[in-house]
Amino acid sequence: MCRVVDLQQAVLAKNDERARALREELTARGTVVVNLLSSPGSGKTALLEAELTLAAARGVPVAALTADLATEHDAQRLSRAGVPVKQVLTDGLCHLEADMLRGHLEGWLPDGVRLLFVENVGNLVCPATYDLGESLRVVLASVTEGEDKPLKYPTAFGLAQLVIVTKDDIADAVGFDEEEFRANVRQVNPGVEVVCTSARRDRGVGLLLERAEAVAAGAETHRPVMARTGGPGADAHVHGHTHAHAPSVTLPYGAAGASGSAPVQAHLSDVPVRSHP
Amino acid sequence: MHEMSIAVAMVEQVTEATGDVGSGTVSAVRLQLGELSGVVPDSLHFCFSLACTGTALEGSELLVDHVPGRARCLPCGAQWATGMPPQLCCPRCEGGRAELVSGRELQIVGVRWSGDEPRADARPESVPANEES
Ligand SMILES: [Zn+2]
Repeated sequence: MCRVVDLQQAVLAKNDERARALREELTARGTVVVNLLSSPGSGKTALLEAELTLAAARGVPVAALTADLATEHDAQRLSRAGVPVKQVLTDGLCHLEADMLRGHLEGWLPDGVRLLFVENVGNLVCPATYDLGESLRVVLASVTEGEDKPLKYPTAFGLAQLVIVTKDDIADAVGFDEEEFRANVRQVNPGVEVVCTSARRDRGVGLLLERAEAVAAGAETHRPVMARTGGPGADAHVHGHTHAHAPSVTLPYGAAGASGSAPVQAHLSDVPVRSHP
Repeated sequence: MHEMSIAVAMVEQVTEATGDVGSGTVSAVRLQLGELSGVVPDSLHFCFSLACTGTALEGSELLVDHVPGRARCLPCGAQWATGMPPQLCCPRCEGGRAELVSGRELQIVGVRWSGDEPRADARPESVPANEES
């Protein structure tokens, strides 16, 4: 006998659900996660070190978790900022998932941390698909990576809520065309903020911290087109069959991975004035 | 290569569902795969066959329904095929307030079992017409 059963399940439903739960729990604790995605050598660690140092100087309680395939250099560098830093080795796995992050935070994440920066595994393909429970997703690329980077990695750039260009001090030297880069970002993610930074020249340092603090204070985040699956077809396909079991699962961005409206939703209980203007 | 993680998640989900429907082996899994899902089909096929090894899905076929990316501009109503890399700005009004109609699917939509009787509480009522066998 041979039968066909209509099993409707979003493959990423479990991760999305765990990410949503983690985001809510952390938000209730007063912590928001910033998920940082980039290719290797993007200058992400240098910028993050500068941001953490600034946070420490300003008395903003921050921590960082850095996921790496092998080495421990990133954590050593970041810990120079004098904030809690944890190194996670992924044993060759190319991305973090929400329950992995939860496991790494258990017993480590200090109380009172307002911003937790997660340096995801260094590539722009695999981490893009997984919601970690972050409230802000940031994609970084250095000027050396070229203007067409956003078109080569449309999922990562398409779901970003902030795009940071690093090593801007050598933009001229490598012939980086900022306007073309911005146009390419706009093609896959219209409306997302793009900022140019140079950790070496101390240019643009502090912006990431400020954006993250704003999100922690309840500011609305950019909602990428790629994360808006409001169309009747798309919505039915991606979310339709989770409705019956748990209506709360069906956040608008759902399986898309990036958190668009979730932080807002999570903050509503903290900001009751919003519903009583 | 996150396709391996995705393949493992698919095998887990189908295996759990098999427990609900009755024992037997799975001969095919049908997946809707959006153009903008960030998953490479060839990679997924390869990883799926590996992930199935030693499970009730061993030797099963992965049937992929490709779903093209389509977007719709909310202010002006234009609809267009996004292409890849996707064009997510409105080609008519150049606005940035579109939404996806389709293209992010990563969804199991059907499973073909070969084996014994289904349990009474299974959900055999909804059989995709294109998957009769
Ligand atoms: Zn338009």
